[in-house]
Amino acid sequence: MKIVKPASAGTLESSDIQIRVEPAEQPGIEVHLTSSVKQQFGKKIIQVIRDTLEEIGVTDAYVEAVDKGALDCAVRARTAAAAFRAADNTDYEWRVRS
Amino acid sequence: MGRVDISKIPNIDKINFNGEYTPEAVTPKSEVEMPSKVLPSIRDAIIASGLKDGMTISFHHHFRNGDYVVNMVMDEIAKLGIKDLTVAASSLASCHAPLIEHIKNGVITHIETSGMRGELAEAISRGLMDTPVVFRSHGGRADAIKNDEIHIDVAFLGAPSCDVLGNANGYTRDESGATMCGSLGYAKVDAEFSDCAIVITDHIVPYPNTPLALPAVHIRYVVEVEELGDPEGIMSGATRYTKNPKELMIAKNAANVIEHSGYFYDGFAMQMGSGGAALATARFLREKMEEKGIKAHFALGGITGQIVEMHEAGLIKKILDVQSFDLTAAESLKNNRFHTQIDGCFYAGYDYKGAAVNALDFVVLSALEIDTDFNVNVLTGSDGVIRGAIGGHPDTAAGAKMSVVVAPLTRGRIPTIVDRVNTVVTPGITVDVVVTDQGIAVNPNRPDIIEKLEAADILLTDIESLKVRAEKIVGKPDPIKFKDRVVALSLYRDNSIIDVIRQIDEDDEDE
Repeated sequence: MKIVKPASAGTLESSDIQIRVEPAEQPGIEVHLTSSVKQQFGKKIIQVIRDTLEEIGVTDAYVEAVDKGALDCAVRARTAAAAFRAADNTDYEWRVRS
Repeated sequence: MGRVDISKIPNIDKINFNGEYTPEAVTPKSEVEMPSKVLPSIRDAIIASGLKDGMTISFHHHFRNGDYVVNMVMDEIAKLGIKDLTVAASSLASCHAPLIEHIKNGVITHIETSGMRGELAEAISRGLMDTPVVFRSHGGRADAIKNDEIHIDVAFLGAPSCDVLGNANGYTRDESGATMCGSLGYAKVDAEFSDCAIVITDHIVPYPNTPLALPAVHIRYVVEVEELGDPEGIMSGATRYTKNPKELMIAKNAANVIEHSGYFYDGFAMQMGSGGAALATARFLREKMEEKGIKAHFALGGITGQIVEMHEAGLIKKILDVQSFDLTAAESLKNNRFHTQIDGCFYAGYDYKGAAVNALDFVVLSALEIDTDFNVNVLTGSDGVIRGAIGGHPDTAAGAKMSVVVAPLTRGRIPTIVDRVNTVVTPGITVDVVVTDQGIAVNPNRPDIIEKLEAADILLTDIESLKVRAEKIVGKPDPIKFKDRVVALSLYRDNSIIDVIRQIDEDDEDE
């Protein structure tokens, strides 16, 4: 899935994460994370974002994530939503996503 | 005198020393005058006090985050060029960020306090001070002052009302529109045991300013200023009950635990912390008290409007108030005969066996972190940064027959129940019951409570299971990183060192 424009999902509310996905300037996935729990969960959050993008077939993207203590399920949902929007793709099956 | 042998009076030498009465020694009535201790400015009072480099000064925290006194006084001290001071405050708040400059300039070289928040706390967590800050409980501080472990050279005590002699109080009956903070409990020991106590007031009222918190006999000087603080920050209106369903659920569970613990009987004594869930517990308890016709003999501690309402409804006979948390509590202190202000030693002193905390049946307390040994942290955040206060937490937990700690299992992504708390404030051996939104755990060292709760069909789990449950929701956190350098000590209420706080290590590795 190719990222064609910047798009975002999520809010800056407590327990949420705001994900902004943009076309990559160089190949691969680059994640920039700001998080209130970066010390304790930063690596985990970045891993979940990468895994989610990989699952939906995104190989090149720049991701800006502002986390306010979201659980993994929220990180996955926001990442996928932002990526689909950024890819201008509506061909998703939410029901089968976990 | 003949047959009477006055030489047998043991102190006759001293009486003789005063000589024989002469009418000339009596001051003529026309010359009798009440003295005034009022000085024109804070600067004058500092100079008069003889404050010098290296001395210890103190402040109270009854103006909470609205306080102007600390910053006003420190600015004047800095202008006078006095350096190397120890600040021994009963607590500090976010509004005290200007102290950072005074630390950088060498005016303040050591701090002792119950708590610290905001920019000052952040800076100290990042290594601002060369000497570690000393954190004490309210009882520990009061005792340390009484026992001269903290020797206060000059105390600067803000008071909403004071007469020219120095009789001071946290409210006034003589003037309307005065600032109001209610109890001045923590300032009482400073006034009594400091070498020089200065009252800073925004209302000089006619003598005698009774009822009073700080008696003139302990006060050397009085200074009048325009404003003591921001009334909004000093006091809010009545503290509201939480509407947060999670907190209500915790509160309901806590009230059930108390009801069946054996400590809920006619004539019990209680203390409620000021957190949302702790306060809400009072509401559920009230329902149970009304239902069963049970009354409390007294309520202790930081007092809120909720406790006052129960007092005024006849459900709590007496209130012992070391700190009034809201305007309703302050008004009640002024108006209710059996709402009494008490000092820090009376409240929670460690080496005073008669401290009020020792008469508590139960206390409900909040927590930032609780570990699987039941140790509680209320001082540092999950990121290791100082953002809280010890307060009376360890004092009441140790004194009360049952301490109940209430907390959500997780806050956002932060687990509350952990393997090891960042900073031990209250030792686990004094923590009896932990109530979360997802389960209740009783300390195994209290089989008596376990037995009572099980008999009442209250579902219990163990602390380890609560920790596992929290981890299942949020994941296992990576440990936060600290440098070796110690930035603060956490003292237990007997003023022994229970833990240290290290400088946070923020070397940020981005990916």
